[in-house]
Amino acid sequence: MRLLATALLLLATTPAFAGEIWISNEKDDTLSVIDVDTLEVVRNIEVGERPRGITFSRDFKRLYICASDSDTVQVMDPETGKILNELPSGEDPEQFVLHPDNRHLYIANEDDAITTVVDVEERRVVAQIDVGIEPEGMAVSHHGKWAITTSETNDMAHWIDTTTQELFANTLVDTRPRHAEFTADDSQLWVSSELGGTITVFETGGQSEIAKIEFPIQGVHRDKIQPVGFEFTQDGKTAFVALGPSNRVAAVNMATFEVEDYILVGKRVWHMAFSPDGSQLFTTNGVSGDVTVIDVASRKPIKTIKVGRYPWGAAMRP
Amino acid sequence: MRTTVVVLLGILMSGAVFAKDRIVVPMAFLKQERPEPPTLSNLDPIPEDLAVAGARLGLKDSAKTGKFLGFDYSLEEVTAREGDDVVEAARAALAKTRFLVVDADPEQLTAIADLAEAQTALILNATSQDGGLRGEGCRSNLLHTIPSYAMRADALAQFLVRKRWTRWALIHGDKPGDLAFADALRTSGEKFQLKLAGEKAWIFDADMRRSAATEVPLFTQDLGEHDVLVISDEINDFGRYVAYNTWQPRPVAGSVGLQPRAWAPVVEQWGAAQIQKRFRRLADRDMRSEDYGAWAAVRAVSEAVTRTKSNDPAVLRAFMLSEDFELGGFKGRPLTFRTWNGQLRQPVPLVHADALAGQAPIEGFLHQFNEMDTLGVDRPNSTCTAFNE
Repeated sequence: MRLLATALLLLATTPAFAGEIWISNEKDDTLSVIDVDTLEVVRNIEVGERPRGITFSRDFKRLYICASDSDTVQVMDPETGKILNELPSGEDPEQFVLHPDNRHLYIANEDDAITTVVDVEERRVVAQIDVGIEPEGMAVSHHGKWAITTSETNDMAHWIDTTTQELFANTLVDTRPRHAEFTADDSQLWVSSELGGTITVFETGGQSEIAKIEFPIQGVHRDKIQPVGFEFTQDGKTAFVALGPSNRVAAVNMATFEVEDYILVGKRVWHMAFSPDGSQLFTTNGVSGDVTVIDVASRKPIKTIKVGRYPWGAAMRP
Repeated sequence: MRTTVVVLLGILMSGAVFAKDRIVVPMAFLKQERPEPPTLSNLDPIPEDLAVAGARLGLKDSAKTGKFLGFDYSLEEVTAREGDDVVEAARAALAKTRFLVVDADPEQLTAIADLAEAQTALILNATSQDGGLRGEGCRSNLLHTIPSYAMRADALAQFLVRKRWTRWALIHGDKPGDLAFADALRTSGEKFQLKLAGEKAWIFDADMRRSAATEVPLFTQDLGEHDVLVISDEINDFGRYVAYNTWQPRPVAGSVGLQPRAWAPVVEQWGAAQIQKRFRRLADRDMRSEDYGAWAAVRAVSEAVTRTKSNDPAVLRAFMLSEDFELGGFKGRPLTFRTWNGQLRQPVPLVHADALAGQAPIEGFLHQFNEMDTLGVDRPNSTCTAFNE
C-alpha cells in the first residue's frame, strides 16, 4: 500500500507506461517481469539462489532481492537487470521491508532467529535484533517508528522500536505467522497465521488484539485454509488474503472484518501485488508455477500467466 | 543410571514489556538403553543420541518462546542402562518433574504410567509405535507423539490404493517390531481392500551381502501374483537386500524402499527445510522419526504452556486434548491430539532414499471430521477407555 501512494504520484508524470509486476521464482533462481498492459512475461532475469522477498526502493530505481540460499540481499538496477552490489544481510534472508526513510532494510534471517537492519547506502549492518525462531513476516509502520518481525515457530509478532532497534513488545498470534502489515493510518497491525488459519488484528497503541479473522470455505477442510500474504486496497476498505493450499484469495471487509468473497486462483497461493492503478491484483501460485490476475472491481480471475518454478514474491513497478 | 541436566534459561531481557513472574517448566527425557540387535549390514549404525537429540531441539525451540513470554524450560536427560530398572529411573525423575518424555519399550511405558508418582504427571511416548498402548492398554496420563504402526500401515495402504497396486505380498522378519508392523499391514490391507497374494517369514541366516543375488529370487518366486512387495523389517536387517533381486520386477515398500515414516531427511516442504537444518546443526546428522517424536513431545508441552500460561500438568493435558491446541509440525497441517487415545494426529510422509513420493492422508481419502483420522485407529473402532472422562 505504501508503495501504491508513491506509485500513483509517479504515474501522473509517466502516463504512457502501465507498469510491471516483478515475480521471484524460488526454485528457478530467476525473476519474471510481467507487463501490466499485455499481461505477458516480458523479461526473465537470473538472480542469486532461492530468491524470495523482493521490494523496490521508494523511487523504483533499485530492486532489493532476498537471495536466501546465497545468504545475501542483492541490489539490482531494474532498467538493465544488472546486479549492482550485494548487501550484508545475515544468514538466509527470507523476507524484508524497506523503512520509509528509503535507507534501512529490516531483514528476517530465517535460520538465525535474528532480524538484521542494514543501511543500504553505507552497505553495513546497523543492528541485529534477537527474535523468535524462523522469523519471516516483516512490516514497518508508515510513520516509521515501528517495525515488526513474526516468528513462525514461536507464533509471535515482535515489535521493534526503530529508534533504539530494540524490542518493546511481543504478542502471541496463532500457529505459524507468515506476514504482517500496518494499515495506512498505522492504527492497526494485521498478522496472518498459516497453520492457525487466521489473521489477528491488533490495535497498535496498546498492542492488544481487536479481531480474529477466520476463513471458512464450504467443502474445504480448515486445515487446508492457510493464510499467508495479504494486501490492502488503496481506499482502505478491502484486504485481499492469499489462502495457500486452499487455492483461493479472500476479500475481507476491513471495517467489519468479514470475509465477503473467495476467488479461485492457482495452487498454493503465496503473495500478491496490485497493478499501479490498483485495478488488478497479481497472485503468485507456488505449486502451479503461475500468476493469477484478478480484476479487483469484479473480484474475478481474468488470466493465468505461466512464470518460473515456485513463484513466491511479487512487487509492482510503475 | 546417568543423568545430565540441560538448562536453557531466559536470557537477559532487553525490552521493557516482558512478563515479570516467570513460569518454570522442568521436563525430563528418559531413555531405556537396549542392546542393539545384530543386523546383516553395518551400513546404518543407530545414533547414540537417537530421540534425545530431537528433545534437545524441542527444548531449544521452546526456550526461545519462553524467553519472550516468561517461561523457563529445562530438560533433564536420564539414561537407564541395560540392567538398570527403567521404572525406578522414571520414579526418580518424577520426583523432580511433572513432564516426562520417554523412549522405552511398551511394557516399561505402561509401568511408568502406572506409577503413583505419575498420576499427577504427563508422560509422553516419543518412540513406541505399539498398538496396545493406544488401545486396550492405553493410560489417560500417557500421550503419543510418534505415529503408530497402524498409522504408518494405513498411510502405505492409501498410497497403494491410489497407485492401483492392489495386489500385495508380504515378507516379514521375526523381531517384535517386524511382527507388529506386519500385523498392522495386514489389518490395513483388509481396511483398504487390498489383496494379499502371499506372505513369508524371512528365514535365512546366511550373510546376504554375498548371497542376495542367488537366494532372494528363489525366495520370492512363490509369493503369488502381486503388484508390490511389502517388507516388514523394522531393525533394517535383511530388507535392504531384497530390492532389485526379486523374482518378478516389483517395487518394494514398507520398512525399505517406499517407506511410511514419521520423519525423514527428504521431507523439505512446509518449512521442514528449516527444522532439518536446525537439527543438523545441533546433532551433526539427519533427523529421524524418533527424533521427530521427541521433538514433538517437548514442543507439545511448551505450546500448551505458551497458550495456557500454566505449568500444571492437568491444565496442560486438558488444553492439549482440546480443540484450541495446535502444533506446527512442518507437515503442512496443524497437529492435534486424538481425544480418544492421546495420539498426536499427523500426516505420514511416504519417502524413499531420494525424495518424498507422497504424503498421507492421500487426497481422496475422506473423513467425516478430519482426513488425518483415516490413518490409524479412529474413534468408533478404538478400544481405549481410559480417555472416556
